Amino acid sequence: MNLLHYLRALRGIATRELLRFVHQRERFISALVRPLVWLFIFAAGFRSTLGLSPIPPYETYILYEEYITPGLIGMIQLFNGMQSSLSMVYDREMGNMRTLLISPLPRWFLLVAKLLAGTLVSILQAYAFLLVAWVYDVRTPLEGYLDLLPALLLSGLMLGALGLLLSSFIEQLENFAGVMNFVIFPMFFMSTALYPLWKLQESSDLLHTLAEYNPFSQAVELIRFALYGQFNIYACVYTLSSLILFLSAAVIGYNPSKGMMQKKGGKQ
Amino acid sequence: MIQSIAPVLSVQNISLAYGEKLALDNVSFSVHSGECRILLGPNGAGKSSLFSLITRLYDTRQGSIDIAGLNLKRHSSKALGRLGVVFQQPTLDMDLSVERNLFYHADLHGLGRKQAKDRIQEELERQAMFERRHEKVRQLNGGHRRRVEIARALLHKPDLLLLDEPTVGLDMPSRKAIVEYVHQLTADHKIAVLWATHLVDEIFETDQLIVLHKGTIRFQGSVPQLLDTTATSSVASAFQHLTKEVR
Repeated sequence: MNLLHYLRALRGIATRELLRFVHQRERFISALVRPLVWLFIFAAGFRSTLGLSPIPPYETYILYEEYITPGLIGMIQLFNGMQSSLSMVYDREMGNMRTLLISPLPRWFLLVAKLLAGTLVSILQAYAFLLVAWVYDVRTPLEGYLDLLPALLLSGLMLGALGLLLSSFIEQLENFAGVMNFVIFPMFFMSTALYPLWKLQESSDLLHTLAEYNPFSQAVELIRFALYGQFNIYACVYTLSSLILFLSAAVIGYNPSKGMMQKKGGKQ
Repeated sequence: MIQSIAPVLSVQNISLAYGEKLALDNVSFSVHSGECRILLGPNGAGKSSLFSLITRLYDTRQGSIDIAGLNLKRHSSKALGRLGVVFQQPTLDMDLSVERNLFYHADLHGLGRKQAKDRIQEELERQAMFERRHEKVRQLNGGHRRRVEIARALLHKPDLLLLDEPTVGLDMPSRKAIVEYVHQLTADHKIAVLWATHLVDEIFETDQLIVLHKGTIRFQGSVPQLLDTTATSSVASAFQHLTKEVR
């Protein structure tokens, strides 16, 4: 086994993920429509009711559409991470996952490769969304689009790792609806995606604290600052730490002798 | 027959429990190069559990498994590289082409593009599927999908081929073709085969058998030995005899 083998496996996994994405046009359209509905309808409706004072990285008053754009990019990656996890549960139930897991490579590498492939898809979705937003006149400085790339990679990996971790616990597809209700929605609404922290503090200290420590908030802030050519070191370290935590737990979860795979034995 | 060379698959004293329920109880056997060993057992006998352990989807503390002389726990990646598997459930990507599915497998096994292309052609031609390589798997019938899965399992030239009830749900001609093809592989390519089934008509006279029932091995040996031991005239009656129990 050598480096070339690892690279070939990574190529295989990424190509498969991209091809599956291309073949599932509905998935791409819904991934794009969801944030656009929020941008075109929700943000337009709330534009006049939500006043936002200039907070970093913004230097002037901004429109609400501009404020929630990073949050909606985060939403794309959050949903994509969960979608990948859903597909892993499906693959495991249907059997496809086995062909991956019995490959002659360390399991941690196979999971990381799968994670990278899923993140790649989420980055494509995010840029497609930004293109439509640009046409709609929601724009950021040009260099922001380039600075965004490493931030998207990190946030996508972190949210994908969370999905991976969840998929190691979820035994059946039917249980996935619960994940939507108990993970995706609280994570999204209890974050800085739709409103800044100070706004939340006005309503509830508890909500403010929860939102502050929500890894999704930090991923959104990382994206927000990157979009304006700035680097939020706290958000970066927080997101990276969350990634390490989620990924390590997922690797343990998929370890045949330690994790949930062992407990799932017999339920085939 | 006394086997002098090291087995391709060696399973020693394997036990596996799901909570209180014992799925495999002290199972030991081996499979040698060029041998087709049939793992015969009714539903729930423990065949799939055993396959999950050999493919390292699950792990157990009791016993050891070696593939091509490599311990599965200590050298799992290398050992899995010597293994080709056809699972009971279909594991092909339905929306991708036959060729794309095989390239995916070749990448996972580290084959270069040229080598992968050659091997794909070789394996698909052997099963008269090469002309259909650009078709989506969804367009193939069950028998052809199975052929592709067997081609895929052989792509990296494994020493051991595992087949977990590969003919379930197939029509008679497809079943016959697959059974004959796999037996031919053991003769022509000296590959070791472990074939799990509950269908006795898939057994050849020359096969070695393991009868597994409720997690324990009830019989190991050749077809004539099975008939002798059970004093029956057919494999079907012998199988029935060994697996009959008060429920």
